[in-house]
Amino acid sequence: MEFHIKTPISEDKVRELRVGDTLYINGIIFTARDEAHKRALEYAKEGKALPISVEGFAIFHCGPIAQQVGSEWRIVSAGPTTSTRMEMFESDFLDRFKVRIVVGKGGMGERTTEAMKRVGAVYCAFTGGAGALGAGAVQRVRGVEWLDLGMPEALWILDIKDFGPLTVAIDAHGKNLYEEVDRRVGENLQRIYARI
Amino acid sequence: MDIDLLAEKLRTHFVKLIDLAVTALPTNIEEALKKTLNEETSEIAREQLKAILRNIQVAREKHIPICQDTGIQMFHLSIGEDFPLKAELPKIITEAVRKATSEALLRPNAIHPLTRLNTRDNTGIDVPYIEWNLLEGNTLEVEVIPKGAGSENMSALKMLNPGDGLRGVKRFIIEIVAAAGGKPCPPYVLGVGIGLCSDSVMKLARRASMRPLQKRNEDPEIANLEDELLGLVNETGIGSMGLGGRTTALAVNIEVGHTHTAELPVGIIFQCWAARRAAARIYPNGRAEYLSHEVS
Repeated sequence: MEFHIKTPISEDKVRELRVGDTLYINGIIFTARDEAHKRALEYAKEGKALPISVEGFAIFHCGPIAQQVGSEWRIVSAGPTTSTRMEMFESDFLDRFKVRIVVGKGGMGERTTEAMKRVGAVYCAFTGGAGALGAGAVQRVRGVEWLDLGMPEALWILDIKDFGPLTVAIDAHGKNLYEEVDRRVGENLQRIYARI
Repeated sequence: MDIDLLAEKLRTHFVKLIDLAVTALPTNIEEALKKTLNEETSEIAREQLKAILRNIQVAREKHIPICQDTGIQMFHLSIGEDFPLKAELPKIITEAVRKATSEALLRPNAIHPLTRLNTRDNTGIDVPYIEWNLLEGNTLEVEVIPKGAGSENMSALKMLNPGDGLRGVKRFIIEIVAAAGGKPCPPYVLGVGIGLCSDSVMKLARRASMRPLQKRNEDPEIANLEDELLGLVNETGIGSMGLGGRTTALAVNIEVGHTHTAELPVGIIFQCWAARRAAARIYPNGRAEYLSHEVS
């Protein structure tokens, strides 16, 4: 199934999505990678509020190339980064901040899959390396926070239009496409090792 | 020729090489990706490959970086002993990298490994990274490699026991491919080094990962091993972006060096589908002949 959704998205709506569905996102997306996840969880621990409320929105594992033209920022290239680096943070992040969509590449593990089922969220794969396509979906840079972390690690707040195609790879029902591929690869490996 | 003028010309060529590398993928990779799409039957993998090909086209047309991860800049220099400028080259390269960063061709990626503080201009201790190779003659050949972290993080080195033999080498390669899964952005080029020592085997692997696709190893036995391993890697079914499919690697390239009788080093470097490189030969008068791209 193909879905065109607008953020923020409700828990009920996100639970309608299934592994294998194609998704296009409109509205607002936040970039967050290693350092932003780390800082957000530190803030939560200290009882400090995030600079923006992310509940119901989508986060994008992405460190864009951005260029400042006058007082405005412009996104030059913005594809996904490897999501497994965020595996150590994501389940806590989902519990605390209730984001409904996580976009990245390469998939995520068991802890995140369980958290997505518990919280009501999905993981979407965006094609790795597709920085030019990603930038094409950005209408406007709404703002940037935590720029002290460096351009790639900062929290970019982006207005996006028809951001996709994204493949739902982990749904809110505990299904993980990468685990299915892993299982098949595991069977193939037995055959390969036997021949080496 | 005036040395300052030559330095200025070199700086311009180096910025141009970075520009070409990050915005225009060499056409042989694009052709291989098109072939992969034609052969692919998995619908999810086909969607990934179509997005990759569209992305390559958009980047070229809009003159923007193919991938936002423009890497740490690596420069390979093959310098003729009579080329008029030598010791100044690192400074000129550093200036070119700063300029390319300020023009938003490069994302500021260089950070201190422990403080994680970003220098904001892609320079730092030994960065940009430069490798030198001395040749006869009076030209300078420059290769620029912007290597992203997604695939670089999957690199591996193992000092095998000589008794593990060829079987051990193959097993190690497949184990690393399996562990990397979709993370190095397949379909990738797998670079394998066999022999030499622990650090130099990684250089062999780097060279293998950057070898143009149509070239096979000159030793027919090694070329056969490349074909055999390509078959095995694709049999894993990891597929484009690790979402399953028939093509995981576009090529397996192997470079070999002699080694110690008590050693069997194997190095592995993945080169993601965005196999960006640009190369030029520069003459003492500052004229550049671009080797990787057609430049009008």
